[in-house]
Amino acid sequence: MSALGWRMGFRANLPVAASVAAYGSVLGVLAAQKGLGWADVLLMDLMVFAGSSQFVMVDMWTSPLPTAAMAAAVGVINARYVLITATLRPLFEGRRILEKLFFVHFVADENWAVTMAARRQGGADLGHLWGGGVCLLGAWCLGTVAGVGFGAAVPDPEAWGLDFAFTAVFTALAVSLWRGSRRDGLPWLAAVAAACLGERLLPGTWYVLAGGLAGAVTAACLPDEGEGGRRG
Amino acid sequence: MIGRATLGTIAAAAAVTYALRAGGLLLAGRLPRGGPVRRAMEALPGAILVSLVAPSALKSGPAGLAAVALTAWLTLRTRNVFVAMAAGMAVVVVARRFGG
Repeated sequence: MSALGWRMGFRANLPVAASVAAYGSVLGVLAAQKGLGWADVLLMDLMVFAGSSQFVMVDMWTSPLPTAAMAAAVGVINARYVLITATLRPLFEGRRILEKLFFVHFVADENWAVTMAARRQGGADLGHLWGGGVCLLGAWCLGTVAGVGFGAAVPDPEAWGLDFAFTAVFTALAVSLWRGSRRDGLPWLAAVAAACLGERLLPGTWYVLAGGLAGAVTAACLPDEGEGGRRG
Repeated sequence: MIGRATLGTIAAAAAVTYALRAGGLLLAGRLPRGGPVRRAMEALPGAILVSLVAPSALKSGPAGLAAVALTAWLTLRTRNVFVAMAAGMAVVVVARRFGG
């Protein structure tokens, strides 16, 4: 794990971190309306660190606090992390268990995607993932706390296409991960079909699990490279 | 400063989220390293990314699909994620402002 990798990861996540901060300020405004203070919000940022699930938590925030229902909703929304961190096994190869348990907390959708794409292009270590995670967590904390204190930086993020920043960044990084139609054609088709269907039928972000699993299972059924014809 | 009920609720949500993050990483360590499982794990990152993209592009309508196509094309041409991202966002903003 290198300091250079950390800085590269931090820098590579800056463009999307701007959108993260803008959405953070919106969450801060909503949280303040529910009577949450900046310390409550900051604690939630540091401990949960999962944007869309925090929006749902603040939305459900009433007195008395529906703790169990909130935890269940958060689980449904964050279920995708099981698959996302599962793909990080090569990055954590040879790390001690305590290192795994520490660094895995810094995995968000965006820095995961950025690091996976950078890895495919040759160089990204665990420091890259961590630097990106610190960048996003910092932007998220700054945005939410600023939102509690000063109101939203951008009152209507959708009007500025900020919601699409995430979709666009994932699109660009997917292009970097493309391994050619022979290996990725069918798996990606299966993933898109299952995700779009799942988005209509399943709660939370289970559609990401549906798509990811459909793609992975399809890839498992394809013949191995260089072993044409054999079905596994 | 932070109430006990607030702390308990945040801790519960954090525990669930952390268990999902750590669970995926630790469980993946127990999977076999060859054969179909290896092919599945190698295809998984791309499959997750397109699963994040496709439904939200579809929800943004024709402009969303056009923006995704432009972003993908610009990524191939320029290899610059920031430029590709900004162009895709611009398409969506223009469509939302003037598309009705």
